[in-house]
Amino acid sequence: MMNAVPDFAPAFPEIMLVLAGMVFLLFGVLRERDSMQLLTGAVIAAMLIAGVLILRQPDTGAVTFGGLFLINGFTGFAKLLTLGGAMLTLVLINNWAQTAGTARFEIPILVLFATVGMLLMISANDLIALYVGLELQSLSLYVLAAVHRSDLRATEAGVKYFVLGALASGLLLYGMSLVYGFAGTTTFAGLATATASGGNIGVLIGIVFIIAGLSFKVSAVPFHMWTPDVYEGAPTPITAFFSVAPKIAGLALFLRVLYGPFGPMLHQWQQVIVAISVLSMAWGAIAAIAQRNIKRLMAYSSIGHVGYALIGLATGTLEGARGMLFYMLIYIVMNVGTFACIMAMRVNGKAVEDISALSGLARTRPMMAAGLAALMFSMAGIPPLAGIWGKFYIFMAAVNAGLIVLAVLGVLASAIGAFYYLRVVKIMYFDEVGPVIERPNAVTGTLIAVCSVAMLAFFIVPSPLVDSAAVAAKSLFPG
Amino acid sequence: MLMAASVFLPLLGAIIAGFFGRLIGDRGAQIVTCTCIGLAAICSIPTFADVALHGNHHLVHVMTFLSSGTFEAAWSLRFDTLSATMVMTVTCVSTLIHIYSCGYMSHDDSQPRFMAYLSAFSFAMLMLVTSDNLVQMFFGWEGVGVMSYLLIGFWFKKPSACAAAIKAFVVNRVGDFGFLLGIFAIYYLFDTVNFDTIFEAAPGKAESTVTFFSHQWHALTITCLLLFVGAMGKSAQLFLHTWLPDAMEGPTPVSALIHAATMVTAGVFLVARMSPVFEYAPSALAFVTFVGATTAFFAATVGCVQNDIKRIIAYSTCSQLGYMFVACGVSAYQAGIFHLMTHAWFKALLFLSAGSVIHAMSEEQDIRKMGGIWKLIPFTFAVMTIGTIAITGIPPLSGYFSKDMIIEAAYNSGTGIGKYAYFMTILVALLTAFYSWRLVFITFFGAPRADHHTMEHIHESPLVMLIPLGALALGAMFMGGGFNHLFVGEGREAFWHEAIKVLAPHDSIERAHQEHAPFLIHHLPLIVSLTGLAIAYWMYIVRPGTATRIANAVPGLYRFLLNKWYFDELYNFIFVRPAFWLGRVFWKVGDGAIIDGLGPDGISNLVGRTARRLGVVQSGYLYHYAFAMIIGIALVVTWIVAGQPGVAP
Repeated sequence: MMNAVPDFAPAFPEIMLVLAGMVFLLFGVLRERDSMQLLTGAVIAAMLIAGVLILRQPDTGAVTFGGLFLINGFTGFAKLLTLGGAMLTLVLINNWAQTAGTARFEIPILVLFATVGMLLMISANDLIALYVGLELQSLSLYVLAAVHRSDLRATEAGVKYFVLGALASGLLLYGMSLVYGFAGTTTFAGLATATASGGNIGVLIGIVFIIAGLSFKVSAVPFHMWTPDVYEGAPTPITAFFSVAPKIAGLALFLRVLYGPFGPMLHQWQQVIVAISVLSMAWGAIAAIAQRNIKRLMAYSSIGHVGYALIGLATGTLEGARGMLFYMLIYIVMNVGTFACIMAMRVNGKAVEDISALSGLARTRPMMAAGLAALMFSMAGIPPLAGIWGKFYIFMAAVNAGLIVLAVLGVLASAIGAFYYLRVVKIMYFDEVGPVIERPNAVTGTLIAVCSVAMLAFFIVPSPLVDSAAVAAKSLFPG
Repeated sequence: MLMAASVFLPLLGAIIAGFFGRLIGDRGAQIVTCTCIGLAAICSIPTFADVALHGNHHLVHVMTFLSSGTFEAAWSLRFDTLSATMVMTVTCVSTLIHIYSCGYMSHDDSQPRFMAYLSAFSFAMLMLVTSDNLVQMFFGWEGVGVMSYLLIGFWFKKPSACAAAIKAFVVNRVGDFGFLLGIFAIYYLFDTVNFDTIFEAAPGKAESTVTFFSHQWHALTITCLLLFVGAMGKSAQLFLHTWLPDAMEGPTPVSALIHAATMVTAGVFLVARMSPVFEYAPSALAFVTFVGATTAFFAATVGCVQNDIKRIIAYSTCSQLGYMFVACGVSAYQAGIFHLMTHAWFKALLFLSAGSVIHAMSEEQDIRKMGGIWKLIPFTFAVMTIGTIAITGIPPLSGYFSKDMIIEAAYNSGTGIGKYAYFMTILVALLTAFYSWRLVFITFFGAPRADHHTMEHIHESPLVMLIPLGALALGAMFMGGGFNHLFVGEGREAFWHEAIKVLAPHDSIERAHQEHAPFLIHHLPLIVSLTGLAIAYWMYIVRPGTATRIANAVPGLYRFLLNKWYFDELYNFIFVRPAFWLGRVFWKVGDGAIIDGLGPDGISNLVGRTARRLGVVQSGYLYHYAFAMIIGIALVVTWIVAGQPGVAP
């Protein structure tokens, strides 16, 4: 049986992307001139093809490679989100690299490999497969953080990310070994059977370590400390990538692991997720208030958003999973748009990151200010912009699952968090005109426009997106 | 159609002048509002003839106002003799005042606003008098209140005008609250607010009681007293009268329209309208009589020593309203309404003449700085004298008939409180004659006391002001004699129909006609009135300076009267200052220290401090971060293990 050729079909998109990545790498090395522009296009094309392939996969799902790899409606949805986030940020990265003169053909290829790692994580059906995917992603990200080698802050960010990431991987592996030691298997299906009777304390401790490792990847409190430094230090579009694609993959993996093999132990791990969620929301909301650098602000903002998404995870229900997927979908668009704005913050040819640089933007660049204001209102959760709907479904799920205190804390945190989003709007609209920010270039300008209009127009046709998130979440609950 | 027109035309005028005043200009606004109110007045006369003289009672349904469960309040116009009389009086007097205002306000820079307010006020008053239920009446009642607030504060750049407007509004609200409670009580008792149903059911409720504070009370007495509190507020009766003299801060036409002819009579109208209910609450009627008589006396005494020409007339209004309530209290509602109507004419005349005097004297209002001007403004002097003769009750002018009827009714009421009222009203007739003639003598006779600059400028008012004065003077002369027969004479049964209900044992007018009082009693009002005239003549024409000597002889009494019995000071001490103190406590301690301090300010301070502390944790050192992760997982594992006793190791 083991010798039989496995069914490759479910993994076609990933296989195609890996092969493409290798070909692109060869091409880049062999070519005399730098070919980042070209390869960015090629990578995006490969990702689009992968997306189409994922869409064409059967809804029924499949398992292959001896149970290591699984696809279903949920993985498809999460992969599409991840690919979407990666493609959008890749556009930003290319735009930055061309203007900043830091174009290197490795960047799109690293993004590609990181993305493949994420897709593998999402489809992992075994703890070992999970780890392989995670490391492929992480190693690519460490390099990406430090890709701007001559910049001191970027290298510092890369080192910090790498060392702490290694520590997190260690925690994860330790947790996996504990689980294997007490449950006797690493496959998700086997673990589900083993924990069905309630599990034991060893498995539970293992789960806590796994949760810690995954929390690091999605930057949830108290494993978030790297986030502000790395976000600030890494080049802005790379930060945008960090804040989007790995978060989706990490949260999707969280859902797969906790709902799949450890689903029967919901009542044991639920309180841990609740605690992490509350801490993340509160920390994200409060610590951000003291920030002056907009990238650090976005770091805390992403910590807070992960906290909200984890509410969906903590419910352990279909509704919660749907809410979380839907939240992440909106989160991607908001974040890409905001980072496009941050990239457009350039004064006299130099990028600025201080929030005060936005002073009076409404008078100098009214369109950009309006776009950023829409995004900020959406992040703060002001109806009828898209952000409120993400929060609404999450909080509803929490209330229906009986986690009323958690929902109330979430609402309070979002009230506090609204402060710093609205402060950005206040600075743009009511403060004296500060340094004149350059006109956004075509790419960033388009992204700002598309994302902010999407935030504004979302409430007109929400149901297809909500429905598809619901369909995807349903495959997490077989039978 | 005519009836609806007479009510809604002023509204139309107000809307056009108010919202499009800038478009049509000062002259346009004047023409529109005067035309609308004038047409309304013209429409009201055939209506009056039809309703009152031919006895056709009409009910014009406009729309459903409120409908909730069993609660129904329609928006309809009720035209019986009472409301037809009121509509005619209001529209006619209002028309004359509109015309007068065109001249009087000609130097003001927001005339369209003024004209719009006047018209809106007239509409609200018409709404009040034509209402078919208490809720609609309350709408008009409040509309009148709002418009009077706006008109008193018309010169809103004057702090005293703003203060007077607020005072009028607040004092009226006290009364309105009583009125509202009265409406609630009516609804509680009768399960409806519609007049017809209430009036039909009232006799059946004559004996019913309500338990309140574990005590049995006579239901209708309570209800009527509450309604009367509302009437006291609007009609400036004792304890709620303080706003009326201050309301003289408004332009003079406002004083004439609101504080003489119409708004302040709303309370009297309310009692007359509710007569079928009041008739079954004799204690309430006694209270009405008492308050009316006392107010009449109080205001008359204060009026004797005031020096501001408009304030004297204002106290005189207050005093005359007391007469009307005395009439209502002794079940002579017809006499009350009769006096209301005649008073509307001669009091509007007095106010507008006073306005003409003020106009001539370059905005001077203190009568001590006038004198010797009758030859300079003969027409104003003439009409003001007519008004004075009318108010002092000298035949054959209108005041004689209505006031005489009230005094006679009080004499014949056959109750103790009626005797008190009779005594008071006689005394007040003397005082009225005294202060009214004092006003005329000081203002027009004697040596000129104004500086020569003012004296040189004295001139008769323009024709647009004199014509309304002339018309009002005609009314003041003939309204009483002309309508005496219908209102309180032999023809009153056919005239009033069902509009006013008087139980036979209460019918003091009937007894006044039946029983022939001794000659002295019958003619006493006229005698005291002439006596008052004589005293005033002696004090201010024959022996000028007597008044000062008397004032010096009894300084305490003089100051007591000059300071209006110290009501304002008393209220200031009892209500205003504690209210301010309480407000300050709520503001500074309750809102500022507790709610803001612990709420928004406190929380935002806490969040800010926490944010800075969290910023310190983010040190930038790798080993701090790693340490945080390890500590974090250690804590979580400890927590989980400690919290999971059920999981076997």
